[in-house]
Amino acid sequence: MSGYILEMNQITKAFPGVKALDQVDLQVKQGEIHALVGENGAGKSTLMKVLSGVYPYGSYDGEILFEGETCQFKDIKQSERVGIVIIHQELALSPYLSIAENIFLGNERESQHIMKWQETFSEAKRLLERVGLKDSPETAVMDIGVGKQQLVEIAKALSKNVKLLILDEPTAALNETDSENLLKLLLELKQQGMSSILISHKLNEVSLVADSITILRDGKTIETLDATVEQVSEARIIKGMVGRELTNRFPERYPQIGETLFEVKNWSVYHPQQQERKIIDNVHFYVKKGEIIGIAGLMGAGRTELTMSIFGKSYGSKISGELYKNGELIEANTVAQAIEHGIAYVSEDRKTYGLNLIDDIKRNITLANLKRISRLNNIVIEEGKEVQESQQLSEQLNIKTPSLEQLAGNLSGGNQQKVVLSKWIFTEPDILILDEPTRGIDVGAKFEIYTQINQLAQQGLAVIVISSELPEVLGLADRIYVMNEGRMTGELRREEANQEEVMRYMTGAGGE
Amino acid sequence: MQTIVHLFKNNVREYGMIIALVLITGLFWVLTDGVNFTPLNLTNLILQNGFILVLAIGMVLVIITGNIDLSVGSIVAFIGAVAGVLIINMNVPVWLTIILALLAGAFIGVWQGFWISYIGIPSFIVTLAGMLIFRGLTLWLLGGQSLAPFPDSFQQISNGFLPDIGGGSIHIVTLLLSALLSLLLVYLEFRARKAQLQYHLEVLPIWVTLAKLTVLLLVINWFAYQLALNKGIPIVLVIVLLLIALYTFVMKNTVIGRHIYATGGNKKAADLSGIKTKQVVFWVFVNNGVLAALAGLMFAARLNSATPAAGNMLELDAIAAVFIGGASMAGGVGTVIGAIVGGLVMGVMNNGMSLIGIGIDWQQFIKGLVLLFAVGFDVYNKKKS
Repeated sequence: MSGYILEMNQITKAFPGVKALDQVDLQVKQGEIHALVGENGAGKSTLMKVLSGVYPYGSYDGEILFEGETCQFKDIKQSERVGIVIIHQELALSPYLSIAENIFLGNERESQHIMKWQETFSEAKRLLERVGLKDSPETAVMDIGVGKQQLVEIAKALSKNVKLLILDEPTAALNETDSENLLKLLLELKQQGMSSILISHKLNEVSLVADSITILRDGKTIETLDATVEQVSEARIIKGMVGRELTNRFPERYPQIGETLFEVKNWSVYHPQQQERKIIDNVHFYVKKGEIIGIAGLMGAGRTELTMSIFGKSYGSKISGELYKNGELIEANTVAQAIEHGIAYVSEDRKTYGLNLIDDIKRNITLANLKRISRLNNIVIEEGKEVQESQQLSEQLNIKTPSLEQLAGNLSGGNQQKVVLSKWIFTEPDILILDEPTRGIDVGAKFEIYTQINQLAQQGLAVIVISSELPEVLGLADRIYVMNEGRMTGELRREEANQEEVMRYMTGAGGE
Repeated sequence: MQTIVHLFKNNVREYGMIIALVLITGLFWVLTDGVNFTPLNLTNLILQNGFILVLAIGMVLVIITGNIDLSVGSIVAFIGAVAGVLIINMNVPVWLTIILALLAGAFIGVWQGFWISYIGIPSFIVTLAGMLIFRGLTLWLLGGQSLAPFPDSFQQISNGFLPDIGGGSIHIVTLLLSALLSLLLVYLEFRARKAQLQYHLEVLPIWVTLAKLTVLLLVINWFAYQLALNKGIPIVLVIVLLLIALYTFVMKNTVIGRHIYATGGNKKAADLSGIKTKQVVFWVFVNNGVLAALAGLMFAARLNSATPAAGNMLELDAIAAVFIGGASMAGGVGTVIGAIVGGLVMGVMNNGMSLIGIGIDWQQFIKGLVLLFAVGFDVYNKKKS
């Protein structure tokens, strides 16, 4: 037993309708860097939330041993007390406070509720030296870059006497130099005896620093590889991550592909605030009539940013490039123009960008094309027509609801997704962009949505599907583009695509 | 019976408000020995509250978009001052003054809507500034003094009545109009019912529809009869009724109405549906400026003077009316009718409490509690469902 700082045994965590974790085991040795890898949705974050007490003891099955002692955390405070600290992908720093204040946030150096500023700053300085950050502890966090902010997070963790440091995608938002520095720091901390868990999509980093690698897939532990004996190759990790058969989860499809309908050329986009940061770098792609293309990529590869910038410049700044529809140059500077040109975009985040949750189903369906149900120069809405048309779509997509007057907020995820899809079908588009069309919905509803997508392509639409689930891309698309860090790194025909191949392009390893 | 329970459950908020209004009216009927139901007092109720109802209509649109307007009280004072200066000091004709005043209101709306929509300053701050700006301009225009009196033709806006024919003791035109309105309501109800049936929608059982109509028509005609016993229909009531009809139609049946609800319900989703949400908010503030100007004219006409302190705290009455009427602070929810009922609840209470001689101190106290409980009831209901 000895030698393990952390043992998680047979962890099972279920959400309504989904088993997120199914008897997962994870053992971390004292003083090692343990990498946790898996596709999006494999259960990595859930596992870490179980460990840190975000999901309290009792809401999952299985046992957690930390330094040999059984742990039953009820919240994050308790897990931090024993020395387990998580640094999340989205940094939890307060931008207007100084570095020192952030380091001791919630853990202030004080006596009888009065701040001890001297101690705060001197200790902050000492911690900053440990993580190799030379900035003054009085600097406001918003004035330093993301790389340095990441170091501040680590300093914050060190201030809590951390024994097991968990980093969730620490380098996702960093450039290469910052990433290298961070990994060096991790190795240094290891020298000092720190144990850590590294969650990362960047497999080159994993194979560089990790001592052990645990692979999760579909909420199960697949294997744990020992990297101390011999170097584990990226290909080996990829095999473990995707080694799954494509069963019959997709409806049959008989593509009838026509001429090129929509084409994007030289498309470049910069970050909306940090205008020197290039998010999309000179992307080209096209879709034919009746074709479904998939855009694969990891989180942060720029897929959503690409499609939203195409959809009426809804994302980014300094957008350049051309859009062609049926060979003609088109302008889509606003969403209204994009809709006018027959482009529809179904967002990945239906609650924030897709639906008005406090309004009913029919009004949500008709919102993007009220013209179709109004008369007198598009001023007055014909409610009867609205009901009739939304009824028809609701039946076509099999939205399960007692009535169309039901508020969208009261529907299940799958039904909400069908409402959003109906809303965009209602605009009678020629080009349909679907961003993560089946995120967070159950298998049955997924199949129905796939069937709809196939039918729409059959009707001659050009369909673009973005998905983080590789099987979904492979199962749906006639052609697959792969993105990595804002660039198109690969284009594969359905016949030549397999998961290993796509994953190689996704992780930036290149395909040869 | 089940239908009724079901109907009630689905519309707790709307029916709840109407029931509250009935209960409060009944309470004051008891407390004032029926004085509040005399023809004279009913007429007064309308004359006293007309401008608050106009403000509530403008405000409910603003609040549905998820914004707020704290400046309407000051706009009321400013427009009163403008009218006073134009008519009394400069002898500008009344009709031209009305047009200029409404244009001034529109311009104020353009000013505030610009800062809110296109510069992106929260409406709370822009209209708080407006509250100070327009109060300040009022003081400057009037030099701290009141301006009075207005000519009769201007006072007609708030104190006038529809003319009568015949000249008996009862106001014939009022009764005729009330009968006409009744017929119109019956026609609209059955036309809607027919359309619903045509599209195979669920309709209420015919007896529920008939019962609803009967109660509504009885209330309207009784009310009109009372007014007819006094001086007939006040001009104020005509203005308010026309505005209710217009804005209810706009919010319920037009594309722009949908855009307003969608903007308040989820701005990001509305943007991604091709709705120009900035323009929507801008025009809602322009509209509110015009309605506030109209209320300002009504207020000055009723007081028969333009005073620097006019309309103080009136914005809070309008906001309270809207929230009592079921709107949500977060936007996306609310109706014109709800705001009117909310305004009437406040109006009936003001009127009743004055009649039984409750001091202004306790009046404020009680109105505060009513606002708190009405919205508390709403929040509780939402949590339960």
